[in-house]
Amino acid sequence: MLTTTDLSADCDAKPVVIGNGISDSKLEPADGQKTLSDGMPTQAALWVDDLLRIRDDRDEGAFIKVFQHFGPRVKAFLMRTGMDAALAEECAQEVLVTVWNKAHLYDASRASPSTWIFTIARNKKIDVLRKQKRPEPEDLPWGPEAEPDQADVLGLQQESEQLGRALRDLPEKQRELVEKAYFGDLTHSEIAAQTGLPLGTIKSRIRLALERLRHSLK
Amino acid sequence: METMTIQHHLTEELLMAYSAGDLPEAVNLIVATHISLCDECRAALESYEAIGGAVLDTCESVAMSETSLSSVLSMIHKQDSEILERETVAPAKDVVLPAPLADYVAGGLENVKWRPVGMGVKQAVLPTSDEASARLLYIPAGTAIPDHGHEGMELTLVLKGAFQDEDGYYGRGDIEIASEDVHHTPVADISEDCICLAVTDAPLRFKGLVPRMAQPFLGI
Repeated sequence: MLTTTDLSADCDAKPVVIGNGISDSKLEPADGQKTLSDGMPTQAALWVDDLLRIRDDRDEGAFIKVFQHFGPRVKAFLMRTGMDAALAEECAQEVLVTVWNKAHLYDASRASPSTWIFTIARNKKIDVLRKQKRPEPEDLPWGPEAEPDQADVLGLQQESEQLGRALRDLPEKQRELVEKAYFGDLTHSEIAAQTGLPLGTIKSRIRLALERLRHSLK
Repeated sequence: METMTIQHHLTEELLMAYSAGDLPEAVNLIVATHISLCDECRAALESYEAIGGAVLDTCESVAMSETSLSSVLSMIHKQDSEILERETVAPAKDVVLPAPLADYVAGGLENVKWRPVGMGVKQAVLPTSDEASARLLYIPAGTAIPDHGHEGMELTLVLKGAFQDEDGYYGRGDIEIASEDVHHTPVADISEDCICLAVTDAPLRFKGLVPRMAQPFLGI
């Protein structure tokens, strides 16, 4: 499922246990530059590196990796929201183009790559299926130290992976209900916020990241 | 922007529905406006978006077409020269209207096209899809809004001044969420005129003859 994960025993990457125990991911060569995945080999952290390479170096190789992993998932997601395959293909392409165009807006201390790409796909869905623009909150003003702390970034990526595991571990009926809400199969009045997912920690972490961002302006 | 004093927040249901993209445009507008003023709800929203990210991860993949990569690459090559300026929702210049709202009145408070609706109250209906309606309300200091109930949900976000009703005191950034069957009588604080964003997903029902006559003018 995860294209760059390699669980082979002769892999020389150190096995790393995260949270309640998952994968040992293969470390990618860091191209001589300091990257987030140095010593922080979560799968999400590798995607963070790719997004930062797209942002900072306009790195097409990194973009192609992101495209190959997320493109088919975005297409599947859009089909679940009710698009036919041809429309979903076209929209998924546009979502990935937006990833390239807006990489400078990605804040790894507040969202995992999957989360950020989800928000782009969701907005595309609203644009195309509801034919509406979506009012967005105004951006936080960026301070001089806008680059987030690596520990914050890693923490957020780990929380996101834990949330993903918690979703997969939900009883099937409950998980389907959560998925339906995000695919748009429920109306807003049908949505009950009792997801059964532990959001407290990730919420506090994002809250802290917001506080730091505001503090860096003072 | 100021966020410290907000006491009345969005519900978890609204945050989740906004993150999932399941709300009518007018409700999206009031949610986005509140979040522009409230970091607590912004953090909650982003955690609900993280669920969306997890759902995206669990999607079975559907193969992209064979020419997909090459057409995406040609799109980014064509565009790359043009996109380096930031296209974002820049912080609002208006001190009363946060950016998402300023967008709907084409500028600041001075661009709002108010229409009097009686009792000194003025309103401006904002252009949204018709599943729900959004309006700005201008309520003179000390004025009571007629007692009303509603069939659906009514959301009221204070942008300037304050109002008080049976449920509490609402200042800038506070949002009141009144569900069905709630009858309430908001009164604008005496200290200054009050400007609110009000969103309803069904018509209001006013009690009493005069307000009922005013209802067609309110357009709600």
